[in-house]
Amino acid sequence: MSIVFFILAALTITGTAAAMALRNAVHCILALTLGFVGLAALYLQLGAQFVGFTQIMVYIGAVAILAVFAIMMTRSAGPHPQPAFSRTWRTGTLIAVIVFAVLAYAISHTTLAPATLPQPEVTVNQIGDTLMHQYALPLEILGLLLTAALIGAVIVAMPAKQEAPQ
Amino acid sequence: MTTPDTIDQIFVITKHWLLGYVPAPLQPIASAILSVLPVMGVFPLLFAITTVLERKGLGRIQNRYGPNRVGPAGFWQPAADGIKSLTKEDVVPRNADQIVHFLAPIVLVIASFIVYAVLPIGRNMVITDLNSGLLYFFAVGSMVELSVFMAGWSSHSKYSLLGAMRATAQMISYEIPLVLAAVVVIMATGSLSTVTIVNAQTGYTMGFPHWFVFTPWGFAGFILFMIAATAESNRSPFDLPEGESEIIAGYYIEYSGFKFALFFLGEYLGMFATSGLAITLFLGGWAAPFSFLTWIPSYFWFFAKLLVIIGVFIWVRGTLPRLRQDQLMGFAWKFMLPMTLLNVFVAAAWHFLPTGIIRWAVCTALLVIPFIVFSMGLKQNKKLQVRTYRFAE
Repeated sequence: MSIVFFILAALTITGTAAAMALRNAVHCILALTLGFVGLAALYLQLGAQFVGFTQIMVYIGAVAILAVFAIMMTRSAGPHPQPAFSRTWRTGTLIAVIVFAVLAYAISHTTLAPATLPQPEVTVNQIGDTLMHQYALPLEILGLLLTAALIGAVIVAMPAKQEAPQ
Repeated sequence: MTTPDTIDQIFVITKHWLLGYVPAPLQPIASAILSVLPVMGVFPLLFAITTVLERKGLGRIQNRYGPNRVGPAGFWQPAADGIKSLTKEDVVPRNADQIVHFLAPIVLVIASFIVYAVLPIGRNMVITDLNSGLLYFFAVGSMVELSVFMAGWSSHSKYSLLGAMRATAQMISYEIPLVLAAVVVIMATGSLSTVTIVNAQTGYTMGFPHWFVFTPWGFAGFILFMIAATAESNRSPFDLPEGESEIIAGYYIEYSGFKFALFFLGEYLGMFATSGLAITLFLGGWAAPFSFLTWIPSYFWFFAKLLVIIGVFIWVRGTLPRLRQDQLMGFAWKFMLPMTLLNVFVAAAWHFLPTGIIRWAVCTALLVIPFIVFSMGLKQNKKLQVRTYRFAE
């Protein structure tokens, strides 16, 4: 546990917490982006370059941009009248604490030996090789699924044919 | 070491010499600082020179002088502009979102600077040789879009919001062809590391270099990459996000003084970085164009190529009119995307066909015929004719 880890963890937690607490939708997205950056930096610190950069590319380059686009299109960026905490926040907190306690208890009392494997050197080349050889079929199926989703989106967005005037 | 080698490696040698004076525990940090500082000095300087060159070049194209008052031939103009923007009042609109408004130019400049970490400027002159350098470059590049949105949205002005919308839509649309155009080089070298990509292009056959631009897929890839790079850096003819006749200055309309200068800087740094990447991918990076010119230092060649590309950017800006929004999107999705996808197939065909004239013929035909077809498709239902110009006597 180095000092870098604590800085990055603080960054991630601050960002995601602010994303939940802030009142303005755009501020929430920007705070969430900060959380994504922290998470990506954590991946990079663990030596997972591919995952780290993909995290930035997908979550900041695509997800956050999609969210801001939705806001720009709908102009619903103003503060919302409801309070930040819903009325049932006590129940929610209680459930969260119980789940955390159960998980923490289970992990601390596990009989499984901690993994002693050496840290694997996973390069982008290896990931590419595995995707193209061993997992070529799942990759193709995923591609097909995404293409279907894309075509569906285009059909939804296409202007409906005008009824011929009577 | 021979003299040309020493001159070629002078900066690397100097860095190691300076590092010798730093105590051992501080050496990693000192090494990083010594690598970063020159980049942070040289590229803003290049930005200053480019603004003068651009204004003078555009002036020449448009039959006027351009800046010629400050210093010899107007070359101190950027210093005057810098002092002006530093002393100007920093106006922030009352309704603006203060924090986001303040952060937007900073995020833009940081994102524009950190992409230089993987650009090889010369032999052994790269800040960090990442195993996945290209991935890093494109990942960081996607942060620019966010800063543009931050600027446009936080200003609370309809013009800046429109500009931000246009800019983000344009950047998303052209990011796909940009990455796909770069993919062919990754296919050819089998590596995402910028240093490996440059090393793959350093050989010579009969005095001519092995640059990827001298293959059918490399040539098409280079042209497509440069078009997408122009659109990514919001330069003319893709400068709709800041179209001054419609939305005044787009997303940075509400910025004044030094923050405006920061936007300007970020935009040019982004342009240099994508041009530098184009040089790395297709034009052999720091490699000399002929084998008998290899005695000239490698960093000279990198910056010479960069200046040539900047010159072309200025030329294009002074020549082409701005596209309309529907033309912009049509061009991205009906021409750039199919062409880049096709180029990926051509690169694969090039890899598997036997070396020789057949490979050239097949790959060129595979690119030229669809190019003509797509161009015809874009030209449909448009009455194009030669424009008649009238000049003032």
